[in-house]
Amino acid sequence: MYSFEPSDEQKMLVDAARRYATADLRAAAHDAEESKELPPKLISKGWELGVLQASIPETYGGFGERSAVTGALAAEELACGDLAGALAVGTPGLFAIPILLAGSEEQKKQHLPPVIAADWKPYTAALIEPAFDFDPNDLKTTAKAEGGDYVLTGEKTLVPFAAQAEAMIVFAALKKETRAFIVPKGAAGLTVQEEREKWMGLNALPFHRVKLDGVKVPKSNLLPGNFAPVLDASRVAVAAMAVGVARAAFDYARDYAKDRDVFGVKVAQKQAIAFMLAEMATEIEAIRLLVWEAGWAIDNKKEDAGQKAYIAATGAIDTVMMVTDRAVQILGGHGYIREHPVELFMRNGRGFAMFTGLAMV
Amino acid sequence: MIDFEIPEKIAGIKTVVETVAVNMMRPVSRYFDEHEHEIPWDYINFMHTATRAMGGSSMSPGEGKKEGPRFGFQRLAVMVEMLSWGDAGMYLDTPGGMLGSAAVSATGTPEQKERFLARFRGEKPTFDAMCMTEPQCGSDTSAIRTTAALDKEKNQWVLNGEKIFVTAGHKAMLDSEGFLVVWATIDPSAGRAGMRPFVVEARTPGCQVTKMEHKLGIRASDTVSIVLQDCRVPFENILGSAEVVSTDKATTGFKGAMATFDATRPLVAAQAIGLARATLEMLKEMLKERGVTIRYGLPRQKLTSIEKDVIDMEVMLRSAWWLTLKAVWMMDNGKPNSLESSMCKVRAGDVVNRITQKAVEIMGPLGYSREYLLEKWFRDAKISDIYEGTGQINRLVVARQLLGYRSSELR
Repeated sequence: MYSFEPSDEQKMLVDAARRYATADLRAAAHDAEESKELPPKLISKGWELGVLQASIPETYGGFGERSAVTGALAAEELACGDLAGALAVGTPGLFAIPILLAGSEEQKKQHLPPVIAADWKPYTAALIEPAFDFDPNDLKTTAKAEGGDYVLTGEKTLVPFAAQAEAMIVFAALKKETRAFIVPKGAAGLTVQEEREKWMGLNALPFHRVKLDGVKVPKSNLLPGNFAPVLDASRVAVAAMAVGVARAAFDYARDYAKDRDVFGVKVAQKQAIAFMLAEMATEIEAIRLLVWEAGWAIDNKKEDAGQKAYIAATGAIDTVMMVTDRAVQILGGHGYIREHPVELFMRNGRGFAMFTGLAMV
Repeated sequence: MIDFEIPEKIAGIKTVVETVAVNMMRPVSRYFDEHEHEIPWDYINFMHTATRAMGGSSMSPGEGKKEGPRFGFQRLAVMVEMLSWGDAGMYLDTPGGMLGSAAVSATGTPEQKERFLARFRGEKPTFDAMCMTEPQCGSDTSAIRTTAALDKEKNQWVLNGEKIFVTAGHKAMLDSEGFLVVWATIDPSAGRAGMRPFVVEARTPGCQVTKMEHKLGIRASDTVSIVLQDCRVPFENILGSAEVVSTDKATTGFKGAMATFDATRPLVAAQAIGLARATLEMLKEMLKERGVTIRYGLPRQKLTSIEKDVIDMEVMLRSAWWLTLKAVWMMDNGKPNSLESSMCKVRAGDVVNRITQKAVEIMGPLGYSREYLLEKWFRDAKISDIYEGTGQINRLVVARQLLGYRSSELR
């Protein structure tokens, strides 16, 4: 039966996430971006919300069951506060969710509790590669079987917290199929570039280039499951965050337009602006529903969940760009000044086209 | 709990309606497009018999069941979407109550509902129509000049004025024992506060159909002008209160119209989406026959231009559909939905035009040819962004709600 209302439990989580996103993430966002640093306390406070922990069963150190819809609801809220903060809080999920979805029973028991039943620790994943036509289903990083090992070779970019990471999931093509491998800290042949990567946005997050020069991992480090559900999990998460960033931009532009005087009225009283806002809000709500649908399809094991996640992600990429661009436009010259957050939203907004792999639900 | 599963009961109806669309609409789609003003009686009679046999009465889902989860508007949206997928013009010929009934449902008393809506359960197919637009005013409905004066002696309203763009007006007035809902002012000095809907029954003296329009699309549906010349209707045919409350500038009459729109706009959106889905499905089929498959899952950089277009169409179509379904779901659950109903109308009106226009472009001469239905759907689509409030009017409604502005603050 159709319903567009989150459960009471989900509403509680959303409320808690929203409070943290507003009071903590948003409050810290500007300074974090400028100083290129997120306060560790800020991250651990977000971790204590338990979004990831709630999607991992008790057996593996968590206290719940995974729901992509719930994850999407929380992801939107957090990203609405600040995208960099939201991604940082969720980074251990890049390691945990693939293991949950594609790992063996043994791998789950071994690798999940140290991540989940603990304070926030830098576990991460490396999916994205430095190529214009990067395709998660056609990776240039390869894995080859060699004796009892797999040998990984290639180059990854946009790997959050790679320099400190205790371990990471590396995605590589094994017989042309994308698969996930657990790579421990300090593995021979693994080079994490010390200098942080510099991006148009997300300066608060430490991203690193990762090189794999014949990195050997034992065969038991290959996750036996398929990549598809992992990709779907990421597409939904990233799309939900895009909705969150779009919402942040919309809210800010709306409030500004209602406050700013022009020709004897408020800016928002001009149809040129009001119509932009109407379209922004409509887009956001429309794409949010697509994201929910994709999450619901995943949770209910629908055959076309993957296609739905792809469609949602595709829509979200365009929506967040459109909405954040318009938010800057509505603020006019002020939108271009870094005192207002809309230019940051816009920089983050453009990034979503390449962020697949940076969040998971 | 968020759920995107179609309720079983609606799924059943959907299958039935699909059979009708495939067998009774598509085969004659082109014929009625090329024979404007001919009435598809086969379809109409079939629909009337079928709905009666199923125990359903009219398209007024507000009636009936009072307990348990309510699906009325959701079911209706699904049906409308499917009928419009069959043929958007013929869908508008569906008997059993459309916009006029919606107005009666939204603003009438229980007695009025029984009196005016019972006829849809009768032996013969019956139609209704809404008369809002006038030659000098369209979207600015507060500028309506049609008057309703009370003749106290005879206890009748006397209506005078001219209405244009009345969908199905001919069928409501002359081809069945239906009715019109005519918007008129009972106090021209009161602006919106004086506006009221009146029910004018078929063949009421003084009410004439004066013109049948020739249109870009939805040609299977008649669009007429109506002239009211000392047209008398009983006092009880006014929907809502006969008092003009002007102390606090209350605009009850106008609000009645707006309440109607909350129910009808999502249905126009559903109509747009049915047409858009038909187009996208046909486009994909035609491409497939020519060896073009859509590779979902690839990054944009690897997609062909056609693939990008088709995938974007899917985004537009599906997101507009869920917006629409959410709006009717809210309606069924008694949640205020003015914002959502205008939002889905904005979105659906946009996407059906973008999808049909792009589909014709992609198929080139085949898209432009009257051998296929794509060009017809392109023409049919445009109306969705015009009636029940143009895209611009609906943007105004959305913006006012988002900004908390009254109409005087955002003109």
